[in-house]
Amino acid sequence: MNITVNGRPRTIPGPASLKLLIEQICRDRRHVIAEVNGNVVRTPQWETRILQNGDTIELVQFVGGG
Amino acid sequence: MSIMQTIQSAQPALENDPLRIADRQFTSRFLLGTGKFKNKKDLSAAIAASRTQIVTVALRRIDLERHEENILEYIPKDVTLLVNTSGARNAQEAVRLARLGRESGCGNWVKVEVINDSKYLLPDNAQTVKATEILAAEGFVVLPYMYPELYTARALEKAGAAAVMPLGSLIGSRQGLRTREFINILINEIDVPIIVDAGLGAPSQATEAMELGAAAVLVNTAIANAAHPATLAKAFALAVEAGRLAYMSSPAAASDSANASSPLTGFLYEQ
Repeated sequence: MNITVNGRPRTIPGPASLKLLIEQICRDRRHVIAEVNGNVVRTPQWETRILQNGDTIELVQFVGGG
Repeated sequence: MSIMQTIQSAQPALENDPLRIADRQFTSRFLLGTGKFKNKKDLSAAIAASRTQIVTVALRRIDLERHEENILEYIPKDVTLLVNTSGARNAQEAVRLARLGRESGCGNWVKVEVINDSKYLLPDNAQTVKATEILAAEGFVVLPYMYPELYTARALEKAGAAAVMPLGSLIGSRQGLRTREFINILINEIDVPIIVDAGLGAPSQATEAMELGAAAVLVNTAIANAAHPATLAKAFALAVEAGRLAYMSSPAAASDSANASSPLTGFLYEQ
């Protein structure tokens, strides 16, 4: 299925949970914050959040800022 | 209690004068921004040298192509994280970033920052008020960054801001306290702490803000860009303490004419 992760198209085998996606593409998962289609998905819900074709996912983290 | 002890206890002292924001108290009145440091070691050293208890961080997309150590590894756990909403161009984007930041599990303190102008990076006061209203109602501790203007500051306070952060001058400009007279009005009229944010380039400028009665100052660029960031961070922290002590001592106002410091009697040439 086709999804968008951090603004870039990506094809992944479906069905897949958000947790599986994050485990596959983020080397350090401890500080990842995830949003699917504009809504925050809390870490405990990553496993049950099954991704759909066309989903838009944002994976963010803290960086230096003023 | 001896007379000396009585006199001493009546003296204003920094240890009896914590900065209070929402339900927390801080001994330090110096906030450090964590952007633009050359490396994480410099950041870590600057945090330690300044003894800051509040640092700002931003939220950005993870770069999935390359691994970078997370900034949280370099911020002591007892330092309060203030998540900024930099990158937000309107209230809705600021709210979205704040909600994401809260999911980190690092608290609910947010510096609302809404900027729509890429040349001057001036905050959009109207959108900032909107975002503050929404986030304060959701239980966030909101510290909005704003252009120092009384009606906006009043609206922010009414919206539930825990402190107000007026700019001293343009972000990263190091021009100092160009908005001095307007910040002074906020200090006089607004009950929540006034934290001068942006534009401070030298410790003397931080002292000036504190002497005026600012509750705290935030510095980032000046320190991050210094050849020796930790040393300058310490200088800023000391300057903030000096300014606060001066403010607490209620110094006499300036005078248009001279006032002799030495006695005007007992001169040798007197007949």
